[in-house]
Amino acid sequence: MFDFYFDLPLWIRLTVQGLTVMLVMFPIGAACSMAERKIAAWVQDRPGPNRTIAPILAWIPGIGIIKRLGLFQLAADGGKFVFKEDTVPGHVNKFYFIAAPIIAVIPALTTVAVVPFGAYIDAAGRTIPLMLANVDIGLLAVFAISSLSVYAIILAGWASNSKYPFLGAVRASAQLVSYELSMTLSVLPVFLWTNGPFNGESSDSFLGSLSLSRVVEFQSGSWQGITSPGWGGVWFGFLMPLSAFIFLVSLFAETNRQPFDTVESEADLVNSFGSEYGAFKWSLFYVAEYCHMLVGSAVFMLLFGGGWNPLPWVPLADFANWLGFAHLPLVTGIVGIGIFLGKVLAMIFFFMWVRWTLPRFRYDQVMAIGWRKLLPLSIANLIFYTIGIALLTK
Amino acid sequence: MAVIPVERKPLTLAERTYIPQIIGGLKTTLRHMLRKPVTLEYPEQRPEIPAGYRGVPTLVYDPNGREKCVSCQLCEFVCPPKAIRITPGEIPSDDPHAHVEKRPEEFEIDMLRCIYCGLCQEVCPEEAIWLQNQFSMSGYTREEMVNNKQKLYELGGTLPDAHFKWDKKKAAEEHGNGHH
Repeated sequence: MFDFYFDLPLWIRLTVQGLTVMLVMFPIGAACSMAERKIAAWVQDRPGPNRTIAPILAWIPGIGIIKRLGLFQLAADGGKFVFKEDTVPGHVNKFYFIAAPIIAVIPALTTVAVVPFGAYIDAAGRTIPLMLANVDIGLLAVFAISSLSVYAIILAGWASNSKYPFLGAVRASAQLVSYELSMTLSVLPVFLWTNGPFNGESSDSFLGSLSLSRVVEFQSGSWQGITSPGWGGVWFGFLMPLSAFIFLVSLFAETNRQPFDTVESEADLVNSFGSEYGAFKWSLFYVAEYCHMLVGSAVFMLLFGGGWNPLPWVPLADFANWLGFAHLPLVTGIVGIGIFLGKVLAMIFFFMWVRWTLPRFRYDQVMAIGWRKLLPLSIANLIFYTIGIALLTK
Repeated sequence: MAVIPVERKPLTLAERTYIPQIIGGLKTTLRHMLRKPVTLEYPEQRPEIPAGYRGVPTLVYDPNGREKCVSCQLCEFVCPPKAIRITPGEIPSDDPHAHVEKRPEEFEIDMLRCIYCGLCQEVCPEEAIWLQNQFSMSGYTREEMVNNKQKLYELGGTLPDAHFKWDKKKAAEEHGNGHH
């Protein structure tokens, strides 16, 4: 059925896959900005944007729902950003000023290449992850590339050649570097686990792997069709709640979300690094931010939330068997992607829910939490799990 | 007043992690998310106007269809921002309401000047000018924002006589009870 596709040259397939992922990711990133406004509105007891409609579509019955959800507003805003005049202030360094939003988007869209976003069950009953590049360095690639995004902010702040963007850039560099440490330390127990005691005999070739799909397979209770021994099937979120918590907090800080929003901090820094930007360049920064949130939520769900498995201890394969569609790879693929996307969007909702609940931390509080609380906590956590896993391995 | 020193308790460990407070906050916002919006979707849904509301000033007819205004010009004189201009006129003798003698020939209220203070309504001896419920005025030119006599009567309509005057007083007199 899909043979013609697999007969295509590899580079065409990869291009098609890459473009498809981006074409899904970009609109979701944009839709998040509307979701943000809607959730803000609901938290504040108001309906949110619900008036915009394209007059030529108004006759379609039931379109009022889309109108009330503000999706036409989203299109109108997007159109505005594309067509309005894109001014470049006279006092900026033009080259870097224009380069900054581009550099912001590139890592945001690149990280998705190594993040699996679903799985299907092939004819042999194996669960095959869907991802653009199933590389061994997996998570390391995500961390390496996504941390490049701070350069966009620094560049934007510096090139803008004015006070507030500069201060924002300084804060961004300090904050993102501080939280990267505890973020990386918090995920180490997960990889100690996947490469440690319950590493089945059959997976020698994957020893020493940081692959994200492998982490999900550990939470599925099976790896390449072989049920893993021990506690296979338990989500790492239950096994390592502290790791999950530290990772989540660092994720908030890394994506510059409230309550770690000191970088943007419109109250004291106007719009920080975005102050001198307008129109499409400005919106690129925000698409990049939402793409970071999407990838961050995806990584969180892969590491601690069971990936594409519908429930704890219920892997996708069992789920498909119960409902009787396990022999249809296309259906299992769509269900797998659907479950995973649902989880990611639930995380995004949580991000927004937190944003409209909490005030932002002061800058010194952000630093104190990062260095004096989260970092020692993540080190203690790592030591605890290292000893625990060493004892279990015996 | 006695000074009561209040001891500020140190934060507990749970409080210093921020977590209970954050969860409490999330609960509150979730409750609000599930609640119905408190806003009115304005042009379609209108607010309920309370009694005694001071909206746009209007002129009214009495229940017999007579213009109540006798162009005494008290409102014109009392108006703090000088928004009212009255051109008094005589009622011709063949008119059914000729006994009233005067009515405004032109009556203009400049809504760009009006401050909705209600002094015109307060001062009017004939209860002819009323600040009613309309609260939004808009127009494309300055001229459009000046309400002339015709517009004022359109906005005002007919109001019942609330006080012991006019028809009520006349009816009472006919029953031999003229003095209130």
